[in-house]
Amino acid sequence: MRLPLLLLAAAGLLGAQSTPIAFTGARIIPIAGPEIASGTVVVHQGKITAVGGPQTAIPPNAQRINAAGKVIMPGLVDSHSHIGQVEGADSTAPLQPDVRVLDALNPRASSIKRARAGGITTVNVMPGSGHLLSGQTLYIKLRLADTVDGLLIPLPDGTPAGGIKMANGTNPRRNAPFPGTRAKAAALVREQFIKAQEYQAKVAAAAGDASKLPPRDLRMEALGEVLSGKRVVQHHTHRHDDILTVLRLAKEFNFRVVLHHVSDGWAVAGEIAKANTLGASLILIDSPGGKLEAKDNRLVTGAILDRAGVNTGFHTDDGVTDSRWFFRMAALGVRAGMARDKALYALTMANARMLELEKRVGSLEPGKDADLIILSGDPLSVYTKVEQTWIEGQKVFDLANPADRLALTGGYGAGSDGALMHLDECGGFTLGLDFRNMNLSGDLN
Amino acid sequence: MTRVLLVLAALALPAAAQLAVRGETVYTMTGAPIQNGVVLVSANGTIERLGPASQVTIPAGMRTLSAKVVMPGLIDAHATAGLSGVLNQPHDQDQIERSAPIQPELRAIDAFNPRDELITYLRNYGITTLHTGHGPGALISGQTMIVKTWGNSVEDATVEPVSMIAASLGNLARAPSGAPGTRAKMIAMLRTELIKAREYAAKKEKPRDLRMEALVEVVEGKRPLLVTVHRANDILTALRLGKEFNLKLVLDGAAEAHAVLPEIKASGYPVIVHPTMARPGGDMENLTLEMAAKLKEAGIPFALQSGFEGYVPKTRVVLFEAALAAAHGLGKDSTLEALTIGAARLLGIDDRLGSLAPGKHADIALYDGDPLEYTTHCTAVIGQGQVLFEGAQ
Repeated sequence: MRLPLLLLAAAGLLGAQSTPIAFTGARIIPIAGPEIASGTVVVHQGKITAVGGPQTAIPPNAQRINAAGKVIMPGLVDSHSHIGQVEGADSTAPLQPDVRVLDALNPRASSIKRARAGGITTVNVMPGSGHLLSGQTLYIKLRLADTVDGLLIPLPDGTPAGGIKMANGTNPRRNAPFPGTRAKAAALVREQFIKAQEYQAKVAAAAGDASKLPPRDLRMEALGEVLSGKRVVQHHTHRHDDILTVLRLAKEFNFRVVLHHVSDGWAVAGEIAKANTLGASLILIDSPGGKLEAKDNRLVTGAILDRAGVNTGFHTDDGVTDSRWFFRMAALGVRAGMARDKALYALTMANARMLELEKRVGSLEPGKDADLIILSGDPLSVYTKVEQTWIEGQKVFDLANPADRLALTGGYGAGSDGALMHLDECGGFTLGLDFRNMNLSGDLN
Repeated sequence: MTRVLLVLAALALPAAAQLAVRGETVYTMTGAPIQNGVVLVSANGTIERLGPASQVTIPAGMRTLSAKVVMPGLIDAHATAGLSGVLNQPHDQDQIERSAPIQPELRAIDAFNPRDELITYLRNYGITTLHTGHGPGALISGQTMIVKTWGNSVEDATVEPVSMIAASLGNLARAPSGAPGTRAKMIAMLRTELIKAREYAAKKEKPRDLRMEALVEVVEGKRPLLVTVHRANDILTALRLGKEFNLKLVLDGAAEAHAVLPEIKASGYPVIVHPTMARPGGDMENLTLEMAAKLKEAGIPFALQSGFEGYVPKTRVVLFEAALAAAHGLGKDSTLEALTIGAARLLGIDDRLGSLAPGKHADIALYDGDPLEYTTHCTAVIGQGQVLFEGAQ
């Protein structure tokens, strides 16, 4: 049954789900609004058409799926991941805004299957953090597609949705032309943004007259999209002072920003809350440390930032944590005092807002994409399994399907990406990074 | 630890109980859990008595800790914590020494840092015992030891100063120098070394040789060789080596053990399963979350571990690794058993640790719910009768 779906995807026909589907009898956690003890979700043409209690009207021609005893939630949104064997900037320069994840993502990678098994439906795929600016990120839907085009989320102007990845702190520190100090890092960033402002001014002055336009410059064009607000800066930052540096630069150049990792966020929660950001996307790790900047990473940061009024999300940083246990991040947040509803929001709507996709994904509401997951039980319990993952009205993961089950549990063939994978002895992963050396030049988290 | 016990033993024993623990459920690991149970801890840090509250009375005025779940302190069957420090800077990474491929003479007691904050961090989740030491990453990287997760010095923390000799096969053992550079060369080097150790053992006049002294115990079958090995063919290679030299092997990691269960079972060797959440790649690309369940079903002795981490997080928490194993076929009761008495048996310390029974160390973990649920907190940890932690980790 896979083949027809793949063909449909290749033909760009996904979303043409012609028969309505009604999921009935489940406990529904819509994220938008209170939980429904026993409810119905109706989806049609790839969109949600109704969410409600047992009295919800079901179209007579609808396929009914009995989900009694199950829990239905929106598909999870991961605001920071490295699935798809993604690559970004190379070692030639510290800022490479011309580099696109669009040109470097493998939709057949096993990591994408594992993300579906984890209930994730929308992902911000990012290049690493070994650069001040490592490239244009890509927001994707984990549809059953064999090409990157089949994963894209087109914006109204036809371009694929995505942000731009920046980083400060120790990861981008290297020999010149990379920065050797924090002050130099900020200076290099300011220098490029000032150039982009000047480029933008020339474009504006040309007023559409092709003869007066400056020569095309891919780097300046991408930074121009940051300055104009089209492209959100997705900024890796850990230490409290580095977090404030991001906020200072965002204010100077008026760029829109999401803070990522934010290990010391607990120390500067008030400052983050006061600043104009789209939110803070956190990673909670099993133990502090592993690098100097993460030595004060705490499970309680989610609760502290949320209470301070920050739009607080979680991310997998897949590679660093696995997409299959994204729910665990919320559970660890709750363990350390975060409200349960806020922790579930942090896996869905909070991240949708950070990707500016909140009108399409992140909650179960009529008119939104029919991205949902069916769980065997409470989302925060370790014993709960994602049984099905649906994207735009199409099932993309089914635990009852042996191939999908393999993606969840692992076993022969589950992790095999063949020669495309570059791995190290410590159980490294698809980015080809050597974990043995990451204590010095960590490239990810 | 040993020293403390000896001193205490010299003071007229048996001492009276000095601390009581009550649990809605008390997992003893010696039988069915006790509902509404009481554990009395004696002044010498061992368990004096335990049973249902109806049979064991808490003396009036005795300090009493209570929790939903009470169980033996958890045992992490293989870690590098204490050698691989929290900061992950060159100055605090002592789990691997890459100057030579075979260095069994490197002792864990000369490197273990009981004050590394990760030790306390792990303890506050209820983990009271670690099998730690030299890590994977060299053909023979050094010795391991067994410690408690508290104490001011390595001597304070030590349960066993030498536990096993750590070895690695497969991609883990490829040396930066190029020797060994292949799987076949690894085994040729190991066989050569083990033959030398046999010859050394047979010598009447032995010049001191630290390396040979460490290996003699291995070839005499007294000291387990802990072999970190993942691919099925490498596991079979380890078994072949074990048989040739009549070694006491412990298979470690063993990501593809699921493919050679009958062979492992026939060998009689136990397995310390890779962290459940280990990343599927390289030699580990075929790992499965169901590994522990499959070993249990096959009747192969096994235990669970936090393992070695090269980046973030710097250590895993065996409780969290175990939780996922429980959710993927092992089930709660077998998982709690593996975390306590199962690990103690595999490590050969079940005479003192791993269950709640009279005379055993009073290492006790208290939880406010199912210990394996992420949202459950460890509310107190008792180490040999001392309350080490009270709070909600």
